[in-house]
Amino acid sequence: MPTGIKDKVVILGMGCSRFGERWDASPEDLMVEAYGEAMADAGIGAQQLDAAWFSTHMSDVGTGRGGLPMGIALRLPNIGVTRVENFCAGGTEAVRGAVYAVAAGACDIAIALGVEKLKDTGYGGLPVATVGTFVPQWYPNAVAPANFAQLATAYRHKHGVDAATLKRAIAHVSVKSHANGAKNAKAHLQKSVTEEQVLNAPIIAEPLGLFDCCGVSDGAAAVIVTRPDIARGLGKRDLVSFKALQLSTSNGWEMHSSQWDGSYFHTARIAAKRAYEEAGIRRPRDEVSMLEVHDCFSITELVTMEDLYLSPEGGAVKDVMDGFFDADGAIPCQIDGGLKCFGHPVGASGIRMLYEMYLQLQGRAGSRQLADPRVGLTHNLGGQPSQNVCSVSIVGNLNA
Amino acid sequence: MPGIIGYGAYIPRLRLSRKTVVQANAWFAPQFAARAKGTRAMANWDEDCITLAVAAARDCLGTAEDRTHIRGVYLASCTLPFAERLNAGIVSEALTLQDTVEALDIAGSQRAALSAVTSALTKTKSGAGAVLVLAADMRHTRAASAQELDFGDGAAALLVGTDGVIAEHLGSGTVTVDFVDHFRQVDADVDYQWEERWVRDEGIGKLMPRAIAAALADAHVAAEAVDHFIFPSTIAKIDAQLAKSCGIRASAVADNLAIAVGDTGVPHALLMLAFVLEKATPGQMILVGQFGSGAQALVFRVTDAIRRFRPRVGAAQWLARGTEETNYTKFLAFKSQLELERGMRGEQDKKTALSTLYRHKSAILGFVGGRCAVTGDVHYPPSRLSYTPGAPALDTQTPYKLAERQARVLSWSAEYLSYYPSPPQFYGQVDFDGGGRLLMEFTDIARGDVETGTRMEMVFRVKDLDEKRGFVRYFWKATPVRPTVLE
Repeated sequence: MPTGIKDKVVILGMGCSRFGERWDASPEDLMVEAYGEAMADAGIGAQQLDAAWFSTHMSDVGTGRGGLPMGIALRLPNIGVTRVENFCAGGTEAVRGAVYAVAAGACDIAIALGVEKLKDTGYGGLPVATVGTFVPQWYPNAVAPANFAQLATAYRHKHGVDAATLKRAIAHVSVKSHANGAKNAKAHLQKSVTEEQVLNAPIIAEPLGLFDCCGVSDGAAAVIVTRPDIARGLGKRDLVSFKALQLSTSNGWEMHSSQWDGSYFHTARIAAKRAYEEAGIRRPRDEVSMLEVHDCFSITELVTMEDLYLSPEGGAVKDVMDGFFDADGAIPCQIDGGLKCFGHPVGASGIRMLYEMYLQLQGRAGSRQLADPRVGLTHNLGGQPSQNVCSVSIVGNLNA
Repeated sequence: MPGIIGYGAYIPRLRLSRKTVVQANAWFAPQFAARAKGTRAMANWDEDCITLAVAAARDCLGTAEDRTHIRGVYLASCTLPFAERLNAGIVSEALTLQDTVEALDIAGSQRAALSAVTSALTKTKSGAGAVLVLAADMRHTRAASAQELDFGDGAAALLVGTDGVIAEHLGSGTVTVDFVDHFRQVDADVDYQWEERWVRDEGIGKLMPRAIAAALADAHVAAEAVDHFIFPSTIAKIDAQLAKSCGIRASAVADNLAIAVGDTGVPHALLMLAFVLEKATPGQMILVGQFGSGAQALVFRVTDAIRRFRPRVGAAQWLARGTEETNYTKFLAFKSQLELERGMRGEQDKKTALSTLYRHKSAILGFVGGRCAVTGDVHYPPSRLSYTPGAPALDTQTPYKLAERQARVLSWSAEYLSYYPSPPQFYGQVDFDGGGRLLMEFTDIARGDVETGTRMEMVFRVKDLDEKRGFVRYFWKATPVRPTVLE
C-alpha cells in the first residue's frame, strides 16, 4: 500500500469565477477571473509557479486544445502546462496532477485550473460530442440525461421503490440544492424552487424532468498547491490539506457483463473505499462533515450517497427525505448549490467543489458557512453510470 | 424436383389510417372521399428495403444458427437504397451468410420478384444449393395521390431449393414487352402513371393471359385445377376478371390485402403467396402471376412437407400485430415529404468511416460478438482482451451471434433532448440470454411497452442517415417480444 498524499500538500490559494451563461466572457476572460482570485488569495506572483495543469473537456466548442489556451490566456512564464481531459471529472484530474507533482518534490508550487465555455453552441444542454469512428456505428446516439435516468429504473427495480416515491426523493435533492444555490452570489441558478415545481416540470428523459438536470454553464476555477512548509514560509495559517485523492476508471465490466445491476456506480465505491483508507476514515457517515458530489442529475446524487457509504444500501431515499443531506442536516451536501445550481462548466467543476470545501474549512463561506466543518469530501464523475471515471477527494485542516 | 422449401413475410407494424389521409387532403382532393377505408402498411422511420428484406428473410429462416445451406440471395425491389453498393450484399452480411454466397440485386419491373424466383429455380436445379429470394419495396408517392392510399410497405421471402420441397415448381410462363403503365427515371422519386383503363384493357387484360396460359401449359395443369390464383394489382376486381378470362375458378382468387396492407409493389405476389402457403394443404395448385414490362406466371403444387414448415412469425401474424397510425404528418415526415424543424442537435454530421465499417462489419451488420472459450463470457463488441474481472484473457473469444437471441431490459429511458425522427428516443441496457450486455436503441415502441425485465428481440434497422453524402448506417435494435395475436 502506498503511503499516500495525506497532509503532504496544502492549498495555497483558490479562485472561482462567477458561473452561468456568461455571454460577456470568453474562455480567456473566465480563466483570468479565476486565476486572478487564486493568485491574490495565495499572495504569490506568476514567477513562483513551477508548473500548471489545465482541464477543459469540450475543447472544440471554444477553449481550444493542448496547454496553449491556459499558457496564453494567463501569460504564464513559459512553465509547463499539461492539459488533462477526463470527461466531467477533468477538474479533479488537474488537481491530482498538481498535487502529485508537489508531493513528489518535482514542484514547489503548482497550479491547477479548469475552464469550460459551453454557451457558444447556440442551443441548450451539453454540446453534441463525437466519439471516434466505430462507436457511432453501433452505440445509440445517447445523451447524458437518458444515460443517468436509467439509474432510476434500475434502482426502483432493485430496491422495490415505486416510481412516485423515487420521483419525490430526487425532487427533494433538487429543492435542497436550489435552496443552497440561492445563497451563492457566484452561482448560475440563484432561485429556490418548490417540490411541486420540480415534480411538474417537463420531462427531459424519463423519469427526469427539467429540474432534475444540472445547469450547463460557463466558468473557471483554480487552485494553487504547495508543501506545508512553503505555505507556512509564505505566512499562511489554518492550512487546508489533501487527505486523499483517488480515481477509479471503468474497464467495461459494468457495460458489457451482466453482473452489474445498473443502480449504482461501481467505480465510486472503489474510489470511495480507497479514499477513506488513504485519509484514515473508518466511519464515513460519522466522520465526513460536508460534501460536494457530482449531482449532474438528481438521481446521480441520490445513489451516490450509498456509493460513498454515507447512506446504507437502499437507504438513500429515506436519508434524503429525512433531510440528512440538507444544509441543516447531519452531512450537508452541495452547500454551494452543486452542479445543479452553482453550475457545471465541465472542466472546472471538480475544482469548484474543492473551492467550497476550502472556503468552509477556512470559515470564509459567508451566509452559507457551516458550523465547525472538519472533513470535506468531493466526488467528481465523468462519463455515465455504465462506464465512467470517478474521483473522490478528501480535504481537511492540516494535521487534524 | 425443385421448388419452395421455405417462405416468410414482413409487414411493418405501423398501419396508416386511410381516413386520416383522406380527411387531411379533402380540401385538395375530395375525389378520394369514398376511399377512406382501412389502412396501409407504413414503414417506421428506420426501415428501408434492406431492413424489410432482412425481416422477411429472418421470418423465413427462423432462429437456426447454421445458414450454410444458403448459396444464393437474390433481392428484388424497385426502391433499393443504393444504386451502387450491392444491396443484397448488405442483407447477406446481416443474415451472416457465408461470403461465398452469390448475391444479386434484381430490379426494373414490378415482376422482378418472380424473375428472381425463376432464376433461383434455375440455379437450384443445377445443384448449386438453396437460394433465398427476397423482395421488398417502399414506394414514394405524392401527397393526395391515389397511390398514397393504394400502396403499402412490405417484404416477402421465398427459399428455393430441392430438399424438403413444400411446393413443387411445375411450370413458368414469361412475356417481356415494353408496355409502359408507369415509369420512373433513375433520379426521380415518384412513378409517372398512365391511364388505368388502358393498363387494364391493353396491358393486363392481354399480356397476363398469355403468361398464365404458357405457365399452365408448361406445368400440364388445367386452369380449372388452380386452387389459389395470386395476382396483385391496385385496379379493383381485375384479379377476378383475369381469373374468369383464363378459366380459373372465382373461388381461387387470393386476397390482395388491399384493405389492411395496400399493394406493396415488387414483393406483393410473394407476400400474397406467403398468406396462401400458411393455409395451403397438400396437393393444392397455386398460380402466381405479376405484371410489369410484360407478364410472368409460375405454377406450384403443394406437397405433404407443407405441414412441417412454419415461418417464425408468419404473414397472418404480422398482419394481426399492426397498430393504427393516425398521424398523417408522421407518415409524410418518415417519407421525407415534410421537412420538420430538427433543431441544432439535428445538424450533427453522420459521416461513416468505411474502413472502420469494413473492419467491424461482422459485429455491426451481422451482430456477431465474441464468446470467451475459457469463461463463456460474451463480449460485444468482440475484443482481444476479455472483461473478466481480475483475469482478462487474451485472444480467447470466438464469434458468437446475437441477432437471434432474446434479451431482458435492465434499465431504460425515453428522452426528448436529442434530435430523433420519432421522439421520444427510447434506449436502454439489455442483457442477452446466454450472456452479453449492450446499450441499445429500442424501436417499434411506445410508452408503456417497456420496463425493467421486459423481454426484447432484435431487429435490423437503419441506425443513422448521412444525408449529406447519401449513406446509410445499419445496426440492430431491440424491440419488445410481441405476444401472438389471435386472428
